[in-house]
Order: sequence, then structure tokens, then C-alpha cells
Amino acid sequence: MSQQIIFFILAAITLTSAVVVVTIRNLFHAALALMVSFLGVAGIYVLLEAPFLGMAQLLVYIGAISILIIFAIMMTRRLMQTNESPFNSQAVGALVGAALALVILFVVIIRLYPMAPGDGVGQSAMAVDPAILQSSVARMGRSFVSAEAYVLPFEVASVLLLAALVGSIVIAWPRRGEEDNQ
Amino acid sequence: MDILDLLKSLLSLSLGDFIRRNFGTGPGTELLIDIGGVVILSTFCLLIVIFLIWLTRKIVARMQDRIGPNRVGGRYGLLQTVADVMKLLSKEVINPAGADWVAFNAAPLLIVMAALLMWAVMPFAPGVIGVNLNIGIFYILAISSASVMIILLAGWGSNNKYALLGAFRAVAQMVSYEVPMILALLVPIILASTMSTEGIIAAQTLPFILFAPVSALIFFISSLAETGRTPFDLLEAESEIVAGFHIEYSGMKFGMFFLAEFLNTLFMSGLVVTLYLGGYRFFGLENWVSADGYPYGRLIGLIAFFAKTFLLYFIYDWVRGTLPRVRVDQILNFNWKFLVPLSLALVFFVAIVDKLIPTGTNVVVRMTIHLLLNILIAAVALELLRRRGRQNRLAMSAGGGSGGVEAVAGHGGGHDDHGHDGPQPIEDVPDVLDTPLGVREPVAVPAH
Repeated sequence: MSQQIIFFILAAITLTSAVVVVTIRNLFHAALALMVSFLGVAGIYVLLEAPFLGMAQLLVYIGAISILIIFAIMMTRRLMQTNESPFNSQAVGALVGAALALVILFVVIIRLYPMAPGDGVGQSAMAVDPAILQSSVARMGRSFVSAEAYVLPFEVASVLLLAALVGSIVIAWPRRGEEDNQ
Repeated sequence: MDILDLLKSLLSLSLGDFIRRNFGTGPGTELLIDIGGVVILSTFCLLIVIFLIWLTRKIVARMQDRIGPNRVGGRYGLLQTVADVMKLLSKEVINPAGADWVAFNAAPLLIVMAALLMWAVMPFAPGVIGVNLNIGIFYILAISSASVMIILLAGWGSNNKYALLGAFRAVAQMVSYEVPMILALLVPIILASTMSTEGIIAAQTLPFILFAPVSALIFFISSLAETGRTPFDLLEAESEIVAGFHIEYSGMKFGMFFLAEFLNTLFMSGLVVTLYLGGYRFFGLENWVSADGYPYGRLIGLIAFFAKTFLLYFIYDWVRGTLPRVRVDQILNFNWKFLVPLSLALVFFVAIVDKLIPTGTNVVVRMTIHLLLNILIAAVALELLRRRGRQNRLAMSAGGGSGGVEAVAGHGGGHDDHGHDGPQPIEDVPDVLDTPLGVREPVAVPAH
């Protein structure tokens, strides 16, 4: 029961700030509201007994991506002074898109995670073994590097990130002879 | 419910057990214990800062041949900070014109919240810990990465150019130094094969500083930068940008930034103790349980923890009282060209060597192997630095006068028009290892 109360609070925080993100005119405040929304999602992860995911959310989204967004806003002078309405006139399209997303989510959740017959609302017990939870990080680490699990995707992602890193350095590196006139 | 039981529980830091004995173990009692723990821990954190500020002022004053606070509250000025806090609390709350109200007022609150949140995983004594998360270290990193954002909020929300400059410096510095900090933290995590703070202490039958002194040093340096303490206090450099990101704050809003800084420093001292100095361990005495079942050892553990922590805190203050501020380019050069490659190499070799040592090896043997590896890595790093510095000096003297200096200064970044009259400065030196403090405006030194 208390879990559900916390879930509703977190969901309210997440959704409210998400609405604020798209409606507020001040872009800086929109970015702040986006951070609150990320924080709410991190809270939901923690509630779902996935603290590692929650902390990764905090580290990546609030510690890195939000800073990136805020710097982008700050560096773009004209954006800060804009006072136009953040809406465009495509309400019908948005409605159709939202409805489609809802249907897809509904179908996916019903198909992938069917409720057991006894599971009613408000009485679903935590089915995960606490021993598994305590060793979840070690298990995740092992499955990243074991050949039966995710070693290939993990390495592919690593190479991709490394390539992006090297690429950004190459782009930012001053070319020889180009900066003579500074 | 008897008084003797209560006193013994208090003395053995097991008040939670006392409550459970007397009020049963329902979810309500647990909630009560949790809330009580949160209140006690955060009140302790907020109050210890009063003492810490006095301590720092006194220590730094002695180092600078001054007396320090000596009027309010007796001979030692013990109540000076209390008076200062009273003054801060009674000041007017000011919102500067043109400041962003939300950001300006949220930042001091959030920065104290972030500083307090980290204490949740700090193990004070066996069993005396907020939550023993299995991702403790990761949790600390996640929270401290959020505090970068908060400083940016304060700097931007103040609507002041110095505040914004300070915030930009803070972001550049803190985001950069997070990298060697995380890499250095990986070493004790590898050695203990857990991220839980209690687990890391449990794994230290010998303190990890003997296993990984280089990692401890890197962590110490980058934690100085993360907390914005003196050699790296560019984000609030008084002589350059007045007070940096908190220039517009006054009264208790300013006090909260101050509070967070001291709290973070104490936390970092505690973290170094936990990771490298065995935390609350004190020759096994910390697990002593008396005959009637009260774990009095916890008190010994607590004393050991705080003794070690304040020793570390003294070292932080020592650095603060001794070293001058470094320039922003020196800070970033030192980080990206020295600390990051060094800590990467360290993690790489420690992981390989630790994997090669068979499980069940005597802990002293394991320690010796790791110590030798660390000494080797440190020696190689110092040798590379020495060569690099020598090349710089050679290039400088070869260029002749200011032209030569300029040619070295423009190394990798232009200024080629100066270097052509003398012999060419050495151009094919890899940029990986600069002199630790960068070479933007070097002093011309004759080559040895």
C-alpha cells in the first residue's frame, strides 16, 4: 500500500513537470522542469527495486544531459529571449500520436507482462528474492562480459562510444595552419 | 523500559534495537526508527559544520602565523561560528533585481540537500549506517554529479557576470575531475569486489592505502577539485571573480553554500577513510560485544572513524592553508593530460594483476604485489613527466628569449610565426603528458 502511495506521488511529480516542460515559455525553466521529471523517473526505478538503474538515470540524465541542454540554451542567445508560444497548431496530429502510443504501450504491457490470476490491484507482493537484489550489480556486470549474455552488444556499444569520443576530438582539434591569424 | 537498558543502548549506539525490544518490530516501529535516524544524522551533519568552520579557521590561522578567532566564547573563540551563524540568520533575505527567482532560491536549498543525501551511505561504525546500499559508491557519484547542476543554477540564476563565470568554471572543473575520481574509485571497488561502503570496509583486513597508494592520491586530488577547495578554488576565486557563483547570495542563503562546502569536505575525508584507511576498523575491537549483548565495540568504531576522518580533514585544511590557487588552464591540463591517463593505466593494470593473483593468496602477498605495481606505475609516470619537462626546457632555451617561449606556448595551437628564427622547437612530442601544471606561459629556464 505504501509503495502505491509513493508511486502515485512520484508519478504525479513526473507527469506534472513533464507538462510544465512543454508548456512553459521560459526555456531555462523548461530545462529545470525536465530535470525534475528525470528525478521522478529515477524515483520510480528505485521503487521498482532497481537502484542501479535509478542512480544511472541520475548520473546520466541530471549530471550530464541536463547540463548539456542548459549549456545549449545558454549559448544560444536568441533562444533565451524568445517569448513565443511553445505550441504549434497541430493538435489533431498530437492527439492521434498520443492515442497510438497509448495503444502500443497497452498491448505491449498486456502481452509481455500478463498479470497472474491472483494479482489484483494493491496486493501484488514483491516477487523478487532479496538475495538476488543484493547481488544484482555483480550479476549485471557478469552478464555484460559473459559470452552467453550481452558481451557482443556491450562491446559494440563501447566501440560506438569510443568512435564518437575520438570523432568529437578530431572535429574540435584545430587544423594545422588554420589558427595562425588569432 | 528501564533506564539502564536505555543508557547501555545509547552507549553502544544501538538505540534502534532498544526501540525494537520495547515497541515490537512492526512496520510502524521501523518507520519511526528510520525517520529518527534521518533526523539524528542530518542534525549531526548540520551541527558539526559549526565546529568544522571554527576548526578550519583556527588551523589555517596557525599555519599563516595568526591566532584566529579568540574573542567570542572564551580563550579559543569556540563560539565565534555560533555568533556568525546568528548574524547570517538575522540578515535580510535579498533577491537581486533581474535574478531568476526559482533558480536563485532553489540552488542553496538543493546544494545542502545534495550534501546531506550523500551521508546516507557513510558507515560510521559497524551497523551504524543510513542504508547499506549495494551500490553505495555509485550512489555517491550520482548525487555529487547532480551538485554540478546546482552550482550552474546558482550562477545563472543570480544574473551576474561573475556568478556566471564562476559557474562555468565550476562546471568545467567538476565535470573534468569526475573522470579521474571515478577511475580512482574503481580501484578499491576492484580490490573489494563490491560497491557497498560497508563491504569495502569489510574487505580491508589491510587498509587499501597499502594496496593502492596511487589511487588514493588521485582520489584525494580530485576530491579537492570536486569540493572546490583551495588549490582548485577557481569557482569562487575572490581575487579574480569576487566570490564566483555565490556572489549575489547573502545571509543564510550564502551560509548554505558555505555549509555544503564544509559538509562535502568532511564527507570526502570520511570517504577517503572508508575506502583507503579501513573506515571504522580498529584491530577488530570495533566488533566487540559485551557479555550482556550490547555491542559496545560500535563506540570504539565510531571513535576510530572520527579520529581518522579528522586527521584527513586536517590534511585538507593543510592543503588549503599551504598551496596557492592554480590557473584554469593548469587545472584542466593537469586533469586531462596527467590524472586521467594515469588513472586509466592504473585501473587497467590493477584489474589485470588482481585477476592474475589466485584467490586464497595470503593477503600480505597480495598487498605486496599491488604495492609494487603501484610503485612501478608511479615511477613510470614520474619518469615520463621528467622527460617531458626537460624537453620543454630544451625547446624553450633553443628558441631563444621570448620568441622561444612563445613557440613553446603555441605548441599545438599556432603562433608558428615566432619559432622560425631559432632552431625549430621539438614538434613531435606527444601531447599526452604535459608538465603537470601546463605550459601556457612558462618561465624561461636554462636546460640542464
